[in-house]
Amino acid sequence: MSNTATARFYSAEFFEAAFPYVATVLMILGASTFFPEFLSANYLLQQMQIAAFLGVIALGATIVILLGHIDLSVPWVLGGAAIISTAMAGSDNAILIALAVPAALAFGALVGVVNGIGVAWFRIPSMVWTLAVNSMLLGVAVLNTGGFNPKGEASPLMVTMASGKIAQIPMAFVIWMALALILFVFLKRGGYGRYLSSIGFNEKATYLSGVSTLRVIFSAFMIAGACSALGGVLLAGYANQAYQSMGDPYLMPTIAAVVIGGTSILGGKGTLAGTIGGVAFITLLSSILSVMQISEAWRNIIFGCIIITMLLLQTLRRKRV
Amino acid sequence: MLDLYKHHRRECIAFIVLFALLSLYIATHPRGASTYVMTIWANQCLILALAAMAQFFVVLVRGIDLSVGAIMALSNCVASYVLVGSGIDLFYGSIAVVLTGTLCGALNGLIVVYGRIQPIIVTLATGSVFIGIALLLRPTPGGTINYDFADAMTLDIAGIPTAVIICAVLLIGFWIPLRRSGLGRAFYAIGSSEQAAFQSGISVNTVRIFAFAMGGTFAGLAGSYFSYVTATGDAGIAANFTLNSIAAVVLGGVALSGGVGSLVGALLGACILKTISSLMFFSGLPPLAQPLIEGVVLAGAIAIGSSEVLRMKNRLQVFDR
Repeated sequence: MSNTATARFYSAEFFEAAFPYVATVLMILGASTFFPEFLSANYLLQQMQIAAFLGVIALGATIVILLGHIDLSVPWVLGGAAIISTAMAGSDNAILIALAVPAALAFGALVGVVNGIGVAWFRIPSMVWTLAVNSMLLGVAVLNTGGFNPKGEASPLMVTMASGKIAQIPMAFVIWMALALILFVFLKRGGYGRYLSSIGFNEKATYLSGVSTLRVIFSAFMIAGACSALGGVLLAGYANQAYQSMGDPYLMPTIAAVVIGGTSILGGKGTLAGTIGGVAFITLLSSILSVMQISEAWRNIIFGCIIITMLLLQTLRRKRV
Repeated sequence: MLDLYKHHRRECIAFIVLFALLSLYIATHPRGASTYVMTIWANQCLILALAAMAQFFVVLVRGIDLSVGAIMALSNCVASYVLVGSGIDLFYGSIAVVLTGTLCGALNGLIVVYGRIQPIIVTLATGSVFIGIALLLRPTPGGTINYDFADAMTLDIAGIPTAVIICAVLLIGFWIPLRRSGLGRAFYAIGSSEQAAFQSGISVNTVRIFAFAMGGTFAGLAGSYFSYVTATGDAGIAANFTLNSIAAVVLGGVALSGGVGSLVGALLGACILKTISSLMFFSGLPPLAQPLIEGVVLAGAIAIGSSEVLRMKNRLQVFDR
């Protein structure tokens, strides 16, 4: 690539990722003309905490979507992780309590392996296979808890992770950012990120050029599963309990956040930074809509319309470039 | 005969599976194969089958419709307002309900084609809008459908369930002519290769919008049939139907990559899915274990359907699937 072409490539990627941030700032400024409280530090800090739950899940989803796949098992990976961690933290055994969070994350990664088996080995469309995995997880959860809210409580560690603060900054937000940084380094180092995108572009060509595509797909689903599980742990710490179908409201917003962040749903193109912006946008949008006491019906309508408008703006902008 | 099997291998396998499941269901059902049992079974199947057919038309042109359930909910709520009169009112009312679906589907198609956004995201967002409108119409479940009309549609005619008759009419009166018409061929052409379709003079944009509108129409039909069965309007029915419709088309041998499958396959897939869950209900298995078994059966069916990948000698063939 010549110098100018490289520069153009990076500036295009930069604008792609900057787009949701600009939209978020404009939205907050617009909303603050009606309610000045939207600009208060308290409100924004609280939103940073809330956004972190969706944020960690969306980071994992970005990696899978970069591959050109999708993970619909988010709801019950999240729910299962919450159930496991609260059940272990609620026991009397000190070792179990200490292992609550790692066990939940390991559970997420394990489900990622199951997803990988279907998608990479059997080559079942990920949309269908992860859906089936999700319904199996639901079945296990129902069998285990008897359909009631599972017993148990969050450990002090989980509560700190979800609701603690470091110098006014919510701990959950710090975890989200740290995870983003780790994943960013992981993607840029050793070409893993490049393998992800190239599989998203053309899996056959990537395989022929000597990449172990199986290993990349498996690890991507494992990372995504662990991220969803982390989201479940944080949510359980925040609510101090696990509850049935706690993950359902997180599936669709996750996909919306990733796409608004400029990641192509067909795979091959996207950034983690964009996803973070997308999460900020989605979180603030739903928060503003509920603070303004708009009825659920209108909230749904406005939410859908704004997402479509955002995406239309993206296409318009790309056409001009 | 062998030729017929070769051309419709996917449908034949699905039919055999359905036949086995249905025999098992009738054998385990305490009341056997009475008209009553079959009518209830057929009604449940037809709702999901119409939803799966809605999904089928969109999947056929390489789309995916995550708003199938939402369109059903919206048309269900519309039905609870317009299907209350008698005579000619009912006639116009039924048309209005189905047209609601057509309009929603056409809107999806217009945004996908002219906004150049991926169908999965468009329908995710429009689904939210449709649910919002449905909630405006029916904030809480309520309203009624003309009972005589609902009965006529959901009981039996001379011992044959009306739902089965509706299916037969749809397949013979609608699907076979459509499959042989230019439009039907154009659907398959676009799904197989958009470029080839374009170069052979098919107006790809128009046909794709038609496919989405047709999908919407069937979602509207599914919503109206749901109304006949439940005789009330409820905006909260969306989530299950969307995901089940995707699972149903895959079970019926429709490829999510487009261009492969038939309406018969979608119908069979939906019936298989519904029969599995009805089978659970009368199987005497512990109720808490039923969702798990249902999930495992679904995952197993999908995995077996894709197991030919394990027999492939050349690793590269795998990528061309």
